[in-house]
Amino acid sequence: MNALAAFAAGLVFGIGLILSGMTDPGKVIGFLDLAGRWDPSLAFVMGGAILVGYFSFALAGKRGRTFLGGALHLPTRRDIDARLVAGSAVFGIGWGLAGFCPGPALVSLGAGIDQAALFVGAMLAGMVIYDAAERLAARKASSPAGRS
Amino acid sequence: MTIDWAHFTPWSSLAGGMLIGAAAAMLVLLSGRIAGISGIVGGLIELRRGDIAWRLAFVAGLLAAPVALLFYSVNPRIDAGLGTLALAGLLVGLGTRYGSGCTSGHGVCGLSRLSPRSLVATGAFMAAGVATVFVTRHLLI
Repeated sequence: MNALAAFAAGLVFGIGLILSGMTDPGKVIGFLDLAGRWDPSLAFVMGGAILVGYFSFALAGKRGRTFLGGALHLPTRRDIDARLVAGSAVFGIGWGLAGFCPGPALVSLGAGIDQAALFVGAMLAGMVIYDAAERLAARKASSPAGRS
Repeated sequence: MTIDWAHFTPWSSLAGGMLIGAAAAMLVLLSGRIAGISGIVGGLIELRRGDIAWRLAFVAGLLAAPVALLFYSVNPRIDAGLGTLALAGLLVGLGTRYGSGCTSGHGVCGLSRLSPRSLVATGAFMAAGVATVFVTRHLLI
């Protein structure tokens, strides 16, 4: 049931990405190009998503459990550290270079676009490198309590 | 600043954004999970037992979205060459994992939850994206 809900959510998410224009790297770069001919569309994407999201997450928080009776898995960290800022900045550089972020890249892969396949392959490689580096760091640290 | 009126699509972008918000609502209200794509995919690489099916299902939904529309209505403009695409993908993979999220996890879900971490992260990747496009479009050409 959880998996079925997740599939439906992924499908709606992907259709939203296509309709919004996020799967067009030219449009994404047009939004980031403040000094050129600026396309403000993506501000409307975020505005629409956050408008719906704000009330949904408020409802989820108030209920405390899902409608299927399961537990909520929500992030609890509130600290702002160098990893958060530097990691996000590195992501932003990659985003600006190609105009793809993870969701639209996967949808474009589903549409059979070759360049998206290359991008997703490289993205997965980056994630595998991160995972390996984290495992190595955890093994080096004497304390057995790793980060969550 | 000049507005690119030819490509500006306020209504379809707003509607698409609301669908994205609705999808995030479905995932949190039914599965109790955050619709953050990099976190969902990154979690698949860790291969934690009992934590794989919903992730695979969500990614399958994303991959199936163009099929559900029967045709891919948007003609993507992809200017980046193969080397740039590979480098960009690598940076996005590394950066989103170190930064604990991407446009969806921080930019949509985190901001919807009024998370200070996500506000900082979104500011950082937006600023870096704007700076990168400024360099590649206006300084290097």
